[in-house]
Amino acid sequence: MTQLDAANIFVRRGGHVLLDGVSLQARSGEFVAVIGPNGAGKSTLLSVLAGLLKPDSGSVTLDGNSIAGTSRRKLAQRRAYLPQNPRCEWPIAVERLVALGLTPILPAFGGLPAGFAVRISAALEACDLKQHRSQPVTTLSGGELARAMLARALVGDPDVLIVDEPMAGLDPRHALDTALRLRNLASEGKLVIASVHDLTLAGRYANRIFALRDGSVQGDGPTASTLTPELIRRAFEVQACVSGSGGSLFVDYVGP
Amino acid sequence: MKDWLIIIGLLLLLAAMLAVSLLAGRVWLPAADVWRGLWAPRGDLAAIIVTQLRLPRAVLALEVGAALGLSGAVLQGVTRNPLAEPGLLGVSSGAALGAVLVIYFGLATHFAAAAPMAGLAGALLASMLTFALGSGGGTITLVLAGAAVSALAAAGISLALNLAPNPYAAYEIMTWLMGSLVNRSWMDVALVTPFILFGGALLLASARALNALALGEAQAQSLGIDLRKLYALAVFGTALSVGAATAATGAIGFIGLVAPHLVRPLVGHQPSRVLFPAALAGALLLLLADVATRVIPVGSELKLGVLTSLIGTPFFFWLVVRLRKMAP
Repeated sequence: MTQLDAANIFVRRGGHVLLDGVSLQARSGEFVAVIGPNGAGKSTLLSVLAGLLKPDSGSVTLDGNSIAGTSRRKLAQRRAYLPQNPRCEWPIAVERLVALGLTPILPAFGGLPAGFAVRISAALEACDLKQHRSQPVTTLSGGELARAMLARALVGDPDVLIVDEPMAGLDPRHALDTALRLRNLASEGKLVIASVHDLTLAGRYANRIFALRDGSVQGDGPTASTLTPELIRRAFEVQACVSGSGGSLFVDYVGP
Repeated sequence: MKDWLIIIGLLLLLAAMLAVSLLAGRVWLPAADVWRGLWAPRGDLAAIIVTQLRLPRAVLALEVGAALGLSGAVLQGVTRNPLAEPGLLGVSSGAALGAVLVIYFGLATHFAAAAPMAGLAGALLASMLTFALGSGGGTITLVLAGAAVSALAAAGISLALNLAPNPYAAYEIMTWLMGSLVNRSWMDVALVTPFILFGGALLLASARALNALALGEAQAQSLGIDLRKLYALAVFGTALSVGAATAATGAIGFIGLVAPHLVRPLVGHQPSRVLFPAALAGALLLLLADVATRVIPVGSELKLGVLTSLIGTPFFFWLVVRLRKMAP
């Protein structure tokens, strides 16, 4: 059982308050969709939760241990993070890209231990990338690259997966595919925290909604009871209509 | 292709090139004389030419070429920019300015290690300034910072030339700047070797972090990479190795740019696997260029730095054209 707690997080940058006392308690099995308008502080919150950005005040703990006091390597062994639009700068093979996910558990010297090849193959298979194994990353399509990055994040078998806008820029099929994968990972017992712009996707696949606006929490709770027209109006300043539930939930924007 | 095959292939080429560099020159020596001179230095002319002139020159070429190739590969990995090289980031100009000041003030004649030390200090200052100015703003900012630092160092060198006490000092600085391995002795080799070895070790230690950095700074950090340590390894490793190398031979451009590109496709573009082959390729290129300066029949001997620039610049053009094609 994994427990990630953020308590009273403040982040200020150049006179602006990016996060204004945000608290979040999340545990394994949850797929938390962080929603909110542009500039609400979603990416900042994810960076803080991932331990990449030190908050001005407040603390983040993983299973009770402060992540600020955990070594980078130890932390990297337990949580994986993918930024918005992740890219690879060199045309390395897909399997090499996925192998980079094992960086935190590599022995100090030498190449890839034999047992790791199995994990790479498994991650490639889980993300439907077997036929792209030796293809240069730079020649992948957007959807394939997103899957390759997900495989990179999953190959180390992290307990916590933090993903910034995994569905952004993907066509409907790949967006659905990614959302489903994230939900399955949560069902398998991982903690998944992802910022999501598409509220319909968030409502259908995430089991928890965490809404931000101007750096403060507007709503937090199980999807069915939290993703309501009132919350959407509060967070996004739009009139919305939420119909259906579960896998057929639908969010439509009616007007400003 | 297997990495060790590439390394063995490069080592074989390097050995062949080393042999050629011992044979070639104003006086072509028969192979038998070279062989005899190497193993039984009896003090005849051939033995002196081989052991006191050509061998130290070849060894220096190997070391300097390897330092340039390796630092080019690391800097390209750190900046994730295929155009990065010690010259582009101002490291070479900084080292040149340091060494020029020592020549200008005549310190080199009093104290032999003054030139490498000054080259080192110049390279260190320049690389720190470049990284302080340009890091955190993406690779374009870093390259621009390098250009600014290069311009500053070039201005300093021009000032030294401008204020040179006599034309002879100015001439000495000018010829030194063109880069050459002529008349380098075992003394020069001994002076730069520790710096190049230590700098090279620092650069090689960045290998694994460079792989992760291919994913960008955020992902590299999330994988447990300490970016500040990586930048420190790259900056100090480059300053030590290229600073000492430049102080010994003058400014030699483009080896650091070209060498990594020659080996990169062979090792599947992975930054860590480029490093060692790039060092070997750099050594090979510089040795080849040095032999070329000796055998190309022109009036006075062609300067090494001039030749590498003449060959390297078209490569730079080609690289820019290729990048433009790849750009969306």
